[in-house]
Amino acid sequence: MILNYLAYGVAAWVFLWGLYGIVTSKNLVHQVVCLAILQTSTYVLLLAIGFKVGGTAPIFADIPVGAPVVDPLVQALMLTDVVVEGTVMALLLSMVVKANEVAGTVDPEELRIMMG
Amino acid sequence: MRLLECVVLLLVAITAPGVVLSRDPKCQVVTLSFYGLVCALMFFIFQAPDVALSQITIGAVMLPLMILLTLTKMRRQNLRRERERKK
Amino acid sequence: MSGRTRTILFLISAAGLAAVFAWGLRNLPPMGDYRGPYGYVLTRVAVYERHATDTVNAINYDYRGFDTLGEEFILFASVLGVLLLFRPGGREDKSKKRVQLEDALPVSDTLRVGMQAMAATMIVFGVYIAVHGQLTPGGGFQGGVILATVPLVVYLSGNVKTFEAIVSNPLTTLAECGGAGGYGIIGLLALLGGAHFLTNFVPLGKTGDVFSSGTIAVISVTVGIEVAGGFLVLMQSYLREIIEERLQEGR
Repeated sequence: MILNYLAYGVAAWVFLWGLYGIVTSKNLVHQVVCLAILQTSTYVLLLAIGFKVGGTAPIFADIPVGAPVVDPLVQALMLTDVVVEGTVMALLLSMVVKANEVAGTVDPEELRIMMG
Repeated sequence: MRLLECVVLLLVAITAPGVVLSRDPKCQVVTLSFYGLVCALMFFIFQAPDVALSQITIGAVMLPLMILLTLTKMRRQNLRRERERKK
Repeated sequence: MSGRTRTILFLISAAGLAAVFAWGLRNLPPMGDYRGPYGYVLTRVAVYERHATDTVNAINYDYRGFDTLGEEFILFASVLGVLLLFRPGGREDKSKKRVQLEDALPVSDTLRVGMQAMAATMIVFGVYIAVHGQLTPGGGFQGGVILATVPLVVYLSGNVKTFEAIVSNPLTTLAECGGAGGYGIIGLLALLGGAHFLTNFVPLGKTGDVFSSGTIAVISVTVGIEVAGGFLVLMQSYLREIIEERLQEGR
């Protein structure tokens, strides 16, 4: 019974750990990586939703068309998710470099004091 | 096959706190790359090969590479600032 | 607020959030029993309608091609953002001449030979994955990222001059913009014939052939070119100052 819902539990667990990393972080680069961890929890959730026990990959190169396969629409959503994670992290990391150049530090506590 | 999926889900659940608890970004690069590989393994076992390929290339190669480039650039900026302050 | 106060406050809120998660996720169907109708219909119809055996890529580039257009423009916009943030500001010394690059990285022989062999293999592998997107797992995006790491492997083999030549070539910027615009142009070409935007109008070939499934193959190659160019431009904007300084210090 627990095995049915283990995947959803793992998604929530990874989400909470990513959130903990962002809240108690002392380095902007560490915060950006914890944001990436937060995003991987959505992959686990989507993967668990679309899975069918006994199904194979939705590639019909060598299996007949009527065979039981895993849902392909949810996998298309996950592909977009992975791509967007990579690009958003690139932009965020370049902003961290600019923050270091302007303020001289990457500690979020000290950055807040330097405003204004 | 249910056992394999449970084992890989537990592996993901154990590795994620490992990435968060490595506070130094230089250590975090290695753990993030390992976590990307574990996630790709999870996608593979859950019958999603397209997503596994994307995750390997982005999460285990490109993201740690960009973090390393960021750290190098910040270190150069700090060194240049130290040098200018000493003048 | 101090670190300890923040951690305790977070733990209390996390307990509340975990309770909300548990309440929200308990009504989902147990894992392994997804009954969504669209996936069921598409797995039965995609091979016959589009002659493509990879259903996920057929969804990405044809059935939901408009979403992938948005995703490629997200990639384009983020590369643009990084370029804007890293453009040479007024603070840099404009009188500094462009450093003449030589093969100045001392690497061991194993690394040099190994990386050169690996670069050749990776080019072939990246092109294979990008071109066979409609038949096997892979597609334009994955092949493009593999191709984007090839200049890095060349750099690791000690050949800095080739790396700079590849990365600062105006062709990479042209590849990125051409790929992003090409996707939109392929969609617009369908409008010329009177069909909807992004209709599959190229003749579908035989299932299992490389030149099959119409615009899916063309869009896949276009996306691969754009992604490879985009990541190369990204790497160049990070590395531009670092390589010049490093070679100046090493001399």
